[in-house]
Amino acid sequence: MQHSTLLSVRHLHTWYELRQRAFGRAGSVRAVDDVTFDLAEGETIAVVGESGCGKSSLAKTILGLYRPTQGEIVFQGQPIHAAKAATLRWYRRQVGFVQQDPYGALPPFMNVHRILAEPLIIHGIRKAQREERIREVLEEVKLVPITDFITKFPHMLSGGQQQRVVIARAILLRPQLIVADEPVSMLDASVRVEILELLRNLQRVHRLAVIYITHDLSAVRHFSERIFVMYGGKIVEKGKVADLLRNPLHPYTRALLRAIPDADATNAETDRDVPPGEPPSLLHPPPGCRFHPRCPLVTPGLCDMLEPPECEPEPLHLTLCWLYKDTKP
Amino acid sequence: MNNGLLQVEELRLHYRTTQGVVQAVDGITFSLAPGQALAVLGESGCGKSSLARAILRLLPRNVEVYDGCVRVNGLDVMLLDEEQFRRDVRWSKISIVMQAAMNALNPVLRVADQVIEPLLVHQDRQHDAALARVRDVFQMVGVPLDFMARYAFELSGGMRQRVVLAMALVLKPPLVLLDEPTSALDVLTQANIMNVLKRIKRDTSTSFILITHDIATSSELADQVAVMYAGQLVEISDAARFFRESLHPYSQKLMASVPRLRDDTKLEYIPGRPPSLINLPRGCRFAPRCPQRFAKCDQDPPMMHTEDSRQVRCWLYE
Repeated sequence: MQHSTLLSVRHLHTWYELRQRAFGRAGSVRAVDDVTFDLAEGETIAVVGESGCGKSSLAKTILGLYRPTQGEIVFQGQPIHAAKAATLRWYRRQVGFVQQDPYGALPPFMNVHRILAEPLIIHGIRKAQREERIREVLEEVKLVPITDFITKFPHMLSGGQQQRVVIARAILLRPQLIVADEPVSMLDASVRVEILELLRNLQRVHRLAVIYITHDLSAVRHFSERIFVMYGGKIVEKGKVADLLRNPLHPYTRALLRAIPDADATNAETDRDVPPGEPPSLLHPPPGCRFHPRCPLVTPGLCDMLEPPECEPEPLHLTLCWLYKDTKP
Repeated sequence: MNNGLLQVEELRLHYRTTQGVVQAVDGITFSLAPGQALAVLGESGCGKSSLARAILRLLPRNVEVYDGCVRVNGLDVMLLDEEQFRRDVRWSKISIVMQAAMNALNPVLRVADQVIEPLLVHQDRQHDAALARVRDVFQMVGVPLDFMARYAFELSGGMRQRVVLAMALVLKPPLVLLDEPTSALDVLTQANIMNVLKRIKRDTSTSFILITHDIATSSELADQVAVMYAGQLVEISDAARFFRESLHPYSQKLMASVPRLRDDTKLEYIPGRPPSLINLPRGCRFAPRCPQRFAKCDQDPPMMHTEDSRQVRCWLYE
């Protein structure tokens, strides 16, 4: 399991400045707040969190669509966070993006052929090679027979087929990393499995690294090696899928796992144990631990004052929580 | 089953389009007892939202066929004219929480003023008395009372969904239709809303029809499960047995595609796509995708009643 690091993210901050009012600053939305992790070649991680926790901002910052406010992104030894245009151009060939809403992600006035030719033209690939590559990727995402699909426009395809085109476009330039932002949340259960399996296969065949952003914890175990749980702009727990599901450390992770039902008739008999309150505002996050206002295990005077440190109660299973710190200040 | 709250028999709703007739609801029969919750499960485009519209007679203009029988407490409401139906059935007997209704709240009205409206229209109450009822119903769904004077945009998604639910409950209807009530919400908010629905069902014995594609969440509320495929119900069963072992091959495949958090069974998917509701296949509508099809599937299967009082539309159970 010794892989070399493909991507390393250090103390990444993505803050959005609010529009200024008269004098002084209105403040900033801390969408990504001090995120650090490494991603190995060919590894799949899932970033799980609720809407507004900053997971899409994290994805877009990694993709180079947003400039980080602070922190580093290093891809294959190349710093990306402050890169010049030429490096960014190289970087964008190395990463593919699978968007959430396939219909919104595909230009309605282009047919499948044109959609797939576009990135190849931009990256200066010659015509003969373009045609060959387009055929290859359509076969890989199983839009066959190709002649049936290549002239179609997005609205003529089903949701699952649209998502296949989006995936085809993402792998077109043979990237090493795919960022998939809720790739299946708009699809039906059965189609969802089909698309996730397709992504999983492509990942294995091409040894792609995948960052899979989702709010659906129950599907994650089938499609990734590690899980990062995000809350209020921070990654509050990181661990291997099996460890995290067997022994969730952070009280938020536990609440999340408790809230997810498995299809079972006994569910109707009992209420679910859900923490009160709502996710924090990223404009004025609570001091100390972001989860403390909702946490059943809060230590007053500590959790509401000081930001929790990163602890590692189990090997390779980390969490931001005071519960696991023996020496408290 | 004659003392049921709701009986639907051979309900059909077909739409006229330029490509042909869409058979969205095609001969639906089921009944629901007071205080029970029925989950209608199905993939997008199977006609489940049209079923809700057909029950509440919320029809678009391009209706080609709309017939069958909908009995509410024994009264066939299909015989009522539009005005009678509006006055006596819609909202007072059956109300609905539409899909994404939380995004359809009026942005320029305070939420209490929207929830109070059915009371003023239907029951001709004094404003003060009506307001007292709104307060009760807000408490029931868990909206803090100081939110009553707020506008929709000042509330979170979960709170807005509660307001919409309050609006559906304000006339104390015996039956509430819920069309994907939680699918736009986060996991924790979703669990919260399901808790509210369970409590309301327990405390007020309101019946629910929960229309959803989210099978795991449907198990939180359902006493009975009906599975819809291509405009028809293919299975009706009590929830306990349905979630343990469903009968129809489609239901089985559907269940096998749902990831479970607590065990590691391999997920499956159903090859192929649901049929177009314009050109339905002859015979069983699931047959082209069915792993267990045999010669007889070329004929249209009727709803079979099994010995243990479940219903399934499949020749395997003849």
